[in-house]
Amino acid sequence: MNRMDKALTQPDVETGGVAALRHSWRHPGGIIGWFSYDTHQAIGMRYIVTAFIFLLVGGIEALLMRFQLAHPNSGFLSPDRYNEIFSTHGTTMMFLFAVPMMEGMGIYLVPLMLGTRNVAFPRLNAFGYWMYLGGCIFLYWGVFSNSAPDAGWFSYVPLAGPQFDFGKRVDSWCQMITFTEVSAMCVGAELIATIFKMRAPGMSLNRIPLFCWSMLVQSFMVISAMPAVMIASSYILVDRTSGTNFVNPAEGGDPLLYQHVFWFFGHPEVYIMFIPALGFVSAIVVAHSRRQIFGYPAMVLSMVATGFIAFGLWVHHMFATGLPQIAQAYFTAASLMIAITSGVQIFCWIATLWTGRIRMSTAMHFVFGFIAIFVLGGLTGVMLASVPLDLQVHDTFFVVAHFHYVIIGGSVFPLFGAFYHWFPKMTGRMMNEPLGKINFWVLFIGFNLTFFPMHILGLKGMTRRIYTYSPEMGWGTLNLLATWGACVIALGGVLFLVNFFWSRKAGKVAGNNPWDADSLEWAASSPPENYNFEHLPVATSRYPLWTPQEDFTVVTGLRNDRREVLVTTLMDAKPHHRYVLPGPSIWPLLAAIGVSVGFAGSVFNNWYIVWGSILTGLALIGWFWPRRPVEMLP
Amino acid sequence: MNWSGKRIITCIAALGILLLAGCGGHQQSVIDPGGPLAGRTAGLWWFFFWLLTAIFIAVLALTLWTLTRRHRGIEQESLEVTHLPSEQTESKLTRVVAVATIATVVILFILLIGSVVAGKANADLGSRAKNAMVIDLTGNQWWWQVRYDNPDPRRIVTTANEIHIPIGRPVEIMGRSNDVIHSFWVPNLQGKRDLIPSRVTTNWIEADRPGTFRGQCAEFCGLQHAHMVLWVIAEPEDKFEAWLNAQLRPSVSPTDSVKQRGQQVFLNHECIFCHSIRGTTAAGQVAPDLTHFGSRRGIGANTLPNTFGNLGGWIVDPQRVKPGNHMATVPINAADLQPLLEYLESLK
Repeated sequence: MNRMDKALTQPDVETGGVAALRHSWRHPGGIIGWFSYDTHQAIGMRYIVTAFIFLLVGGIEALLMRFQLAHPNSGFLSPDRYNEIFSTHGTTMMFLFAVPMMEGMGIYLVPLMLGTRNVAFPRLNAFGYWMYLGGCIFLYWGVFSNSAPDAGWFSYVPLAGPQFDFGKRVDSWCQMITFTEVSAMCVGAELIATIFKMRAPGMSLNRIPLFCWSMLVQSFMVISAMPAVMIASSYILVDRTSGTNFVNPAEGGDPLLYQHVFWFFGHPEVYIMFIPALGFVSAIVVAHSRRQIFGYPAMVLSMVATGFIAFGLWVHHMFATGLPQIAQAYFTAASLMIAITSGVQIFCWIATLWTGRIRMSTAMHFVFGFIAIFVLGGLTGVMLASVPLDLQVHDTFFVVAHFHYVIIGGSVFPLFGAFYHWFPKMTGRMMNEPLGKINFWVLFIGFNLTFFPMHILGLKGMTRRIYTYSPEMGWGTLNLLATWGACVIALGGVLFLVNFFWSRKAGKVAGNNPWDADSLEWAASSPPENYNFEHLPVATSRYPLWTPQEDFTVVTGLRNDRREVLVTTLMDAKPHHRYVLPGPSIWPLLAAIGVSVGFAGSVFNNWYIVWGSILTGLALIGWFWPRRPVEMLP
Repeated sequence: MNWSGKRIITCIAALGILLLAGCGGHQQSVIDPGGPLAGRTAGLWWFFFWLLTAIFIAVLALTLWTLTRRHRGIEQESLEVTHLPSEQTESKLTRVVAVATIATVVILFILLIGSVVAGKANADLGSRAKNAMVIDLTGNQWWWQVRYDNPDPRRIVTTANEIHIPIGRPVEIMGRSNDVIHSFWVPNLQGKRDLIPSRVTTNWIEADRPGTFRGQCAEFCGLQHAHMVLWVIAEPEDKFEAWLNAQLRPSVSPTDSVKQRGQQVFLNHECIFCHSIRGTTAAGQVAPDLTHFGSRRGIGANTLPNTFGNLGGWIVDPQRVKPGNHMATVPINAADLQPLLEYLESLK
């Protein structure tokens, strides 16, 4: 407090210097304090750690399924348990791992890359995380009380409707969606505001790092797509709890309406998981081939175009329901267009690598693995866009292979590359590179061993979501191979954890910029202070740290004795005004608890909506209770 | 790195050939067509397969080639300072990327046209055919009801889990569902079509060679989705007609005393609430019609082959064979079981 008082009495607030800055950005102490954190590093890391735990949980569920399918007529799991596990696996990987993980990486990295101190709405950010955690607890509370969803991650009606699915199983799926979508919308809104209005001065739109572009596109997609899935899951929920019959064919509802609304979200969802990974790849390629990205405008336009096109091809998940020819042709063409935008990006990366000076770091290994796997997955995607081929392989293991190639290849491999790339920034220590390369090869081989045979299984007629098959089908060998592959992937996961924990304790100390990379996050200390930069940087080019050092300019004149950030203009990032961010607060957690009571309780009794609203209202009153500005405090 | 790159390609190629080699000649295979529709799709598949494989190998080779370049970065000196190659290199790259992008668009157009033409031909089959026939197919948890439509109600045939079709005649499958969404898929004949409650969907199948083709429900439909199998038996026109006429007949009343006792066991137990056997008083409508049960290939939507032993096990404890299925466990005396089996298997 002394330092802060001193800073306040100084006419030039900046002379309070780092001490005042550290003081105004400090984390509150104690348990309540811990629940009040609102810095983007803390919240981002909480997202990343939680999502990683659910990657492991989802992975264990995948292993259980693989054990069941390793042999024909296996009795390892009962059909009921198998259905629960594959539904929970898909739900976990989509809603509790992939999307939150990408958002956590965005929350952590975007403010650093933009050269600011926090995201635009720090308390909303904290609230979003608590809602996500609420969704995790809610779903897994269901899993451990025999109420795991068992109608697939897509919950088609009428199978998921009240006549065919009893108990609370599908209800727990529906409300888990609501939890995680609220969280995703919070992140989407604050990332858009941050990227548009809080960039370093000089970082005009054409200088934004590609990863921030990817998060911007992803955030717009989240905001446009997520309401659709909340509507879809709410159809089911109110059909089940209140007898509304929106999508109940027995009472004149329409099961296909549900599918349309669901896939209007479901297809963009794929790109919500995938587009941030494009940002990872671009950042890694630039830093590790030590040259500027080739075709920056083409890369940005491709990402934006992907974001738009993604909303026009949901029907290719529904070709088998039977649509008129002309509609099918339209959706085929739209689906194929994705190959153009993806192709442009792959070509640009190859061109960058071609003329760069490649450092074959672990992160770069993952980029090469990404290109190999993702291109294969993309090409099978081209096959699936074709109606006659889709009608054959839809809902078979061919599709299982395809989307694991694009999601694991397209998102998870870049994600692991990103872990290896940004681990030094997040922890201050390097990960072990030789072990990292072994880790890559184990994952790469395990992945292909698991999922490549599934293409052939699909062509040999093996349908999805079957808990067993008879020996005469001739699927046994390939399934056994896939199960062995899954074990190899698990080994890769263990290697990563070993590397992670070992490096965190004993890794080489990294320094600010171990990779000699280009973007602003490498100007901050490793790990970054809560305030990121002592002086906010100025972006003099698209690659600020590669501009000669004497040109590295900073912003002065911001007050250090309160959480002040600079708001800049949308297009050119000219300084516009100073903005004071709120400090840490327990109210976002209390508000999230209030909302959670409403969401979770509504599964059992509609009155919980009322109780939850009252609690939330009280929490919001506390949250928005006016405070005196700092200079008026006694 | 060059070394491992080449090795990966070799490994992937070897693995691919090895695995594809084991593909042909199966009763539930996309690439072993038994009729013109699946044949057209398989042709399209191989066209896509070879073209896209070539593209995949080209992209992978280009990517790995970046690792082998002796002087990575043509303008090394300038790269050190500006992190950018020379103008000439950049414009050369621009041309290459532009050409690659245009090539992508052209290839996609070719694939689009090929795909739409094939799709249209597969869907329009019925409008050209004069001798087409119609079969009603209804999905149930977890079995298929098959009904051969006829303007003359006396000539309507109802059976289950088995479709007989004549070779060379297009067959229109009118799909319905009694409960949840199922999907009709016989890969050797045609792509899949969902059976959706409250709707009727249509799909064409046609066989051009005799054979038995396996089909399986392809849309997740609950606990026993894995055990919802049907057979399509394609046979020459005369054999098909013979089969159809046999199906039209009511069941034959047994003459020997064991089977007569079996029939009484059936009629005196709960079986009749769900199953019907034409020619007797059993007229249940919610489970497979058993009038010609003995002539069918499987039990429990082809979960098990139709043998005495399997049938005995199925009747005694259907929940053990197919957990969660909707057949009740009907207690039957040990002495009654054998006559019942004899009777049911005699329903040819």
